[in-house]
Amino acid sequence: MTDRAPGPAVPDPSTIAAAAPTTWQTATVEAIRPETADATTLRLRLSEPRTHLAGQHYVVRLTADDGYTASRSYSVSSAPLDPGSIDLSVERFADGEVSGFLHEVVEVGDELEVRGPIGGWFVWPGDTPALLVGGGSGVAPLMSMLRLARHLGRSDLVRLLVSVRTPGDVWFADELPGPEVRVAYTREAPAGDARPVGRLTAGDLPTTLPDEATAYVCGSTPFTNHVTDLLQAAGMAASSIRVERFGPTG
Amino acid sequence: MATRGFTGRRRPPRADLPPGQYDTGSTWPVLSAEATPHLSTDEYTLTVEGFVERPTTWTWAELHELPPSTYEGPIHCVTTWSKFGMRWAGVSVDTLLGVTGLQPEAGFVMAVSHTGYTTNLPLADVTGGKAWVAWEVDGEPLQADHGGPARLFVPHLYFWKSAKWVAGLQVMDHDEPGFWEQNGYHDRGDPWLEQRYQGD
Repeated sequence: MTDRAPGPAVPDPSTIAAAAPTTWQTATVEAIRPETADATTLRLRLSEPRTHLAGQHYVVRLTADDGYTASRSYSVSSAPLDPGSIDLSVERFADGEVSGFLHEVVEVGDELEVRGPIGGWFVWPGDTPALLVGGGSGVAPLMSMLRLARHLGRSDLVRLLVSVRTPGDVWFADELPGPEVRVAYTREAPAGDARPVGRLTAGDLPTTLPDEATAYVCGSTPFTNHVTDLLQAAGMAASSIRVERFGPTG
Repeated sequence: MATRGFTGRRRPPRADLPPGQYDTGSTWPVLSAEATPHLSTDEYTLTVEGFVERPTTWTWAELHELPPSTYEGPIHCVTTWSKFGMRWAGVSVDTLLGVTGLQPEAGFVMAVSHTGYTTNLPLADVTGGKAWVAWEVDGEPLQADHGGPARLFVPHLYFWKSAKWVAGLQVMDHDEPGFWEQNGYHDRGDPWLEQRYQGD
């Protein structure tokens, strides 16, 4: 039918776990930590512990007294180390029905309905070379992968490239810095940053990854399109690139 | 379970909004799991094969010689947005299968994309005026991010079934899970039954 290299159709061993049916469960908000002016991380304690894979997401469902519901998906930013605990990192969108509620109303001790983990494609198994490229909030699932790599002592396997507008837009700012991480600024850089501000270029891509590395690209559609074009121009096969597109869905 | 403090921001109720969905209005989010391919219409082909009488490959020009068919209405994404009032144009899958014919064993279809993406559908969900290969939206060519030059279009199911950059339909005598169906999503994906994930 087509002689192009297969892309997402290649089965991944991790899909076995990822395809397990999930059900709604109650989670309790254990901690709330602001990441930036418009991003916050909710640490949730699951009533039914489930092991996730680095890169997977959960759905959060809010229910009003009359039964009206609103659901959105959020990436898990914590490493899959404690099956009873997940961090969901949430960007607030203007007039976001769910993200606004999660930012402004939710308090420690509240219960939320969640379902997951979901997604078996944008996952890093923990033992393969990986180039992680995130734009803005797109760093959230990649942070789970970075945390897992560091926990396993396998930071040598991953390179994380993060693109943000300004220093104030860096998520996980305390934890992010390390030899495997590079932050690129598009509008305003911290004093002393040698890189000229601007969108990512081919020169920002690491040169030390093995040929068999998989790229995980997450962010807005313009960002992910730009990065996947850069990667393919640098010789990476489309079949080695996995994309997660974030957008303002409230 | 009611969520403490949540009242929600209801849009005006509409009977054609499936449960758990919201109206995304004029925006059209893009969701795909791979790099957007840049396919020219010169190189684009569509193949229908498998349990058919006459396996057939159409070029872009040949597809446009088939009787055109249109759809007006909404689309529904599993990530909970729906988009209303769209006008899609292309060719009905009925027309394609009319050319190829079907073998008696035919019961399912695997849609395959030029990227390798796959999604499985019962034959009954792509026949009877319910599915298209579409290349035009609201009078404009379908953009690459949305699956152009052409995508499968099955608007009565969640939109991951409408395979972007569709390369062909493999007609099968049995069902097999496609890409998202192997990755935790429902085999059929009826938005009115909220068949989002495995187990729904």
